[in-house]
Amino acid sequence: MNNSIFKIVLGRLSSGVSTLLIVSLVIFAITALLPGDAAQQILGQFATPEQVAALRIQLGLDQPAPLRYLSWLGGLLSGDLGQSVSNAMPVSELMAGRLPNSLLLAGITTVIAVPIALLLGIASAMCRDRLLDRILNVCTLSMVAVPEFLVATLAVLIFAVHLGWLPALSYVSTVEGVGDFIRIYAMPVLTLCAVLVAQMARMTRAAIINQLDSPYIEMARLKGIGPLRRVLNHALPNALGPIANAVALSLSYLLGGVIIVETIFNYPGIAGLMVDAVANRDLALVQACAMLFCAAYLVLVLIADLCAILSNPRLRHQ
Amino acid sequence: MLGESLEVRDLCVTAITPDGDEIEIVKQVGFSIAQGEVLALIGESGSGKTTIALSLLGYARRGCRIAGGSIRLGDSSILDLPPAALRNLRGHRVAYIAQSAAASFNPSKRLMDQVIEGALRHGVMSRREAEAKAVELFRELALPDPEGIGSRYPHQVSGGQLQRLMAAMALITDPALVILDEPTTALDVTTQIEVLRAFKRVVRERGTTAIYVSHDLAVVAQMADRVLVLNGGETQEQGEIEQILDRPNHPYTKSLLEAARPEQQLSPPPLERGDELLRIDDLQVGYGTRDAQGIPAKVVLDDIMLRLESGQALGVIGESGSGKSTLAMAVAGLAAHSRGEVVFNGQALSATLRGRTPDQFRRIQMVFQSADNALNPAHSIERILTRPLRTYFKLDAEERRRRVRELMDLVKLPHSLLSRRPGELSGGQKQRVNLARALAAKPDLLLCDEVTSALDTVVGAAILELLVELRSKLGVSLLFISHDISTVRALCDDVMVLYKGDCVESGSCASVISSPQHPYTQRLIGSVPELRRGWLESQPSFASLEQDCVA
Amino acid sequence: MNNSLLDSRRPSSEPESRVSAPQRHAKPFNLTRWVGATLVIFWLLVAIFGPMLAPHPVGALVADKIYSGASAAFPLGTDYLGRDMLSRILTGARYTVGLALIAALLSSLIGASLGMLAALAPRWLDESVSRLNDALISIPSKMLALVMVSAFGASIPLLILTAVISYAPGAFRISRSLAANIATLEYVQVARTRGEGKLYIAAVEVLPNMFHPVLTDMGMRFVFIVLLLSGMSFLGLGVQPPMADLGSLVRENIGGLSQGALAVIGPALAIGTLTIGANLLIDSLSANRGQQGE
Repeated sequence: MNNSIFKIVLGRLSSGVSTLLIVSLVIFAITALLPGDAAQQILGQFATPEQVAALRIQLGLDQPAPLRYLSWLGGLLSGDLGQSVSNAMPVSELMAGRLPNSLLLAGITTVIAVPIALLLGIASAMCRDRLLDRILNVCTLSMVAVPEFLVATLAVLIFAVHLGWLPALSYVSTVEGVGDFIRIYAMPVLTLCAVLVAQMARMTRAAIINQLDSPYIEMARLKGIGPLRRVLNHALPNALGPIANAVALSLSYLLGGVIIVETIFNYPGIAGLMVDAVANRDLALVQACAMLFCAAYLVLVLIADLCAILSNPRLRHQ
Repeated sequence: MLGESLEVRDLCVTAITPDGDEIEIVKQVGFSIAQGEVLALIGESGSGKTTIALSLLGYARRGCRIAGGSIRLGDSSILDLPPAALRNLRGHRVAYIAQSAAASFNPSKRLMDQVIEGALRHGVMSRREAEAKAVELFRELALPDPEGIGSRYPHQVSGGQLQRLMAAMALITDPALVILDEPTTALDVTTQIEVLRAFKRVVRERGTTAIYVSHDLAVVAQMADRVLVLNGGETQEQGEIEQILDRPNHPYTKSLLEAARPEQQLSPPPLERGDELLRIDDLQVGYGTRDAQGIPAKVVLDDIMLRLESGQALGVIGESGSGKSTLAMAVAGLAAHSRGEVVFNGQALSATLRGRTPDQFRRIQMVFQSADNALNPAHSIERILTRPLRTYFKLDAEERRRRVRELMDLVKLPHSLLSRRPGELSGGQKQRVNLARALAAKPDLLLCDEVTSALDTVVGAAILELLVELRSKLGVSLLFISHDISTVRALCDDVMVLYKGDCVESGSCASVISSPQHPYTQRLIGSVPELRRGWLESQPSFASLEQDCVA
Repeated sequence: MNNSLLDSRRPSSEPESRVSAPQRHAKPFNLTRWVGATLVIFWLLVAIFGPMLAPHPVGALVADKIYSGASAAFPLGTDYLGRDMLSRILTGARYTVGLALIAALLSSLIGASLGMLAALAPRWLDESVSRLNDALISIPSKMLALVMVSAFGASIPLLILTAVISYAPGAFRISRSLAANIATLEYVQVARTRGEGKLYIAAVEVLPNMFHPVLTDMGMRFVFIVLLLSGMSFLGLGVQPPMADLGSLVRENIGGLSQGALAVIGPALAIGTLTIGANLLIDSLSANRGQQGE
């Protein structure tokens, strides 16, 4: 680790933090621009003006917007995410109950999808323009354009309705043994993987092919280096940065994908919580969930950036 | 392993065009090389010389295929080898040295690992033996720090050193045949001479059979025993190097030879001293943030003085990084100077475009190096030439039409090209349009930045001839930026030599080039290969000066 | 030709494995483009003429059986209330295609023009706008949509606005980098030293060379927006009843999934064929241009 690489990493970190700040401002601005009044919304049409005024003070809505933003931001940092109006519970408690489920789902999906995608991407790049590559290309190209609920409904139709292997709905509370675990997670994970694998495989292929076209690979070939070694030993180390980026971008897709998947399979995760919150206009909960997802996205991108920096020999050895 | 003889017969290589047609890019080429001999393949872009060189390794690039013929190295027929045997041949019995060493090394692997990789993969020797041999080769190739350089990464060494490292990579297995594909084209002349010297020594000492691919006859004259002249994928002529240089038979070979010596064909028109047109005083140009004294973080040019009279042509000579292009940019207003002044026609020019008058814009016109990027691909030639007429002159449509056609005549292009787009023109045609656009403004000063260097030799020579003619016809002043001394000598009255942002010498072309005073100028002029055998051996070595390029 | 150094023996017809046989080089029939174009044109026609061709009124309860399969009267079956699915899909496609088309056009138009201006603007302005843009890009589109809907409720203008806010930043980034690259090219430098104004340079020198990549990018944005809007409708947070786009149709009939009802598969497949078709078409077009550029 030398001095300049440290500077670059520090720069990335600070730009990540400032992006997150801007994001929080945007999210707060949208929810604070509410044309009606949150207090009125919560209490409904028939509330007396006194009740509304009291709730306004209780929610802090009588304060000017910059002050509200600062106190909201302070709350986010200290873990006080406010009160969920629809559930009459602290937001942090609600989220803490759901977060592990979502992380588990995302984790299983990642562990399965990433190796498959890398394998497909590398295989596709090595068989470039041959039959396997063309078939994979059409498959992944179609897959990335497919809405998650189509994959999910088809999966339910095939595995639950026609074959009867799996239940249509997930209930995490009833896990007993490995068999149950698989029966419950199979379809949500399959649905998420389908699109995820296709995306990552495409980007991996592109990153490797970009390297395979470069003169140093031709040189390796003219030195008598075989195709497998050319790809794994020569091209792959230079494609690590772009591949890390591809994985991060695709995993951030996972954040959007879980929203649909958790809903369709009744999976008790954080995305499902957020969808309910939106339907109930439970703003504190929506804000907190949105910030969590955005922060997760930024962390992933940051990790990918750091991978790219650390894998670049020009920066490592100066 | 000693060199082996090579025999190529009726070699045909085809390529698939974007329209799906298959065309022959190498047509029935045949030659043979005796053991230990060096054959040069000479030709311009599109002549098929690199394609032929690659097919000697049984390899054709994507979209190309070897369609017929035979290649026999020693007792094996390369085109008949199964894939595994072919792999064992490459980087073992036949080795390849590519044009751009910077791109041909894997950026993420240490140099030593790359140099010995072939030897290890082919099981020729153990890692320890290979490393020892590599160090020995580094020393033979006059690389600095032979023991330590292998542990570096490609970006940590200079271009000339990389090129020599690639030679070490090729020679580590003592191949029977070495293919050198334009190995010094990407280098500056002062670096080239040292690399050539190193290559020549190792190839000769080993008795290796070699193919030397180049577009530069003067370089080939130093390296090869025999020459094969190619054009459009066909053999034009082949023979001993002396015969080709002194008694060429084929008209194409003659035109190549003429183009390689423009100063013998052309000379600047007689100069009538005029008024001062451009004066540059104490100029400093740089990039990055400026410090308290207003000095930029990276100074590209410093303390530059020059004076140009109307009708005069001044050549600015320098190697990459000398700041010669920046000088033209500063006059054009594209690079702001941080000190000094540029006086044009008695008035100080604003450092940036913003403060300049329409008349100043009109009177200074810039012609860029790359004809490909200098013309907007979305516009027709007529539109490109009409625009400056609209901007600078009040002409009606008929007058504009006539003027555009005059300009086409001036640069000797047929009017039929006016409706075409730049993509449909050849490189030479594009560069002529580029000139015509600048001339449309009726400028007093033409800034030419390497206008012939992206072109093939013959095409470049024709552009140079056109420039000489335009000078005498229009009396326009030129600031002619180039890395090539012979083009400057053919066109310019005076010359200025830049080295790392400083002017080291200036004066009339004749005096500076025939009796250079500054050591750098001497070295620069002494490094330009001459079209005769034995020139390389007769030049003193500048090896000590090269050391300052070590990263 | 002078091959004097070779002897005159012609090579006999030796077996030459390395010398490859001629390949068929007629321009290959591009199946993916054909399939893609057919699907896209089909759905565009449905969006334009679909509602006129619907055999039944969209909201009418015409069948007494719910979730029925395909029959002569109801080629795509009936939905959870016994309405004709064919008519509902023919009508719903207009919302899906139309909304996405408007949103894609707007986001490309806004993003691309701002991007081009930023590339040619003074550096401080360019940098601050780009910084804000980077932050907007880092909000996942579904997340932004959820926040917007929770604040303002779901209405058609709001959905379009949301899609534009989500996808214009991407168009901005791409066109900005395109324009910045073109601006460094020599023909733009020539125009600058000719004393041309910024507007001329932007409109005449830069814009024509950005047209194709921006168009391709707009195609991609269309696909993303279709996915976003149908996803929102599927969650019940998009197009609201009585209007229904294809995503809403999937949601309405999700109850029939356990019976394998056509009413839920039909609209889901409709969206899939639209987006896959568009994706195949864009990919084959851009791959082809890439080849010709070489």
